[in-house]
Amino acid sequence: MIDFFLILCVGMCVLVLLCLYRATYGPDVLNRAAGISAIGTKTLIILLLMGAIYDRVEMFVDISMVYALLNFIGTVVLAKYLERTGDVSW
Amino acid sequence: MVVKDIICIFFMLAGFFFFTTATLGLLRLPDFFTRLHATGKGDTLAVFLSLIGLAVYHGFSLTSAKIVFIAVFMFLAQPTATHAISRAAFRCGVQPWTMPKGGKK
Repeated sequence: MIDFFLILCVGMCVLVLLCLYRATYGPDVLNRAAGISAIGTKTLIILLLMGAIYDRVEMFVDISMVYALLNFIGTVVLAKYLERTGDVSW
Repeated sequence: MVVKDIICIFFMLAGFFFFTTATLGLLRLPDFFTRLHATGKGDTLAVFLSLIGLAVYHGFSLTSAKIVFIAVFMFLAQPTATHAISRAAFRCGVQPWTMPKGGKK
């Protein structure tokens, strides 16, 4: 079961690298925000998988919860800021 | 290999499949709204399936209850964040992609 979690972790990291392409070279700030939000979602699952691998899941689940909250708040705050300034070409 | 491991592997593989499709959509689709359409729905379903699989693996405990809480929270928060950022894009004047005249791009 640990081997399965390790293989899944490596696959998830490959997907994070693919999302990092969009977060780096995205044509404007909105595409970067979408890529970063997708990376945060995948990181949440990677943290829980690491907790299952190290057998310390009661510690990692709290970190994962905080990560979910911060990812949501960051995306909403960025959306509000862009909506107020009205300039998305950077 | 007990029954709960098999259920966990099934749910995690389903979640990984939807993560893969969402990432391919984020990379390959032509403009911002279509990319957000891929990740908004695909990631939500994938996170839900993966967290349910992990909750089944950890059995009936406080950790499992916290994981189910994260799953419910993500199921509410992810569409909200997607809606907020797509509304910001629409109000800033980003035009949705349409098929160019004359068929293929």
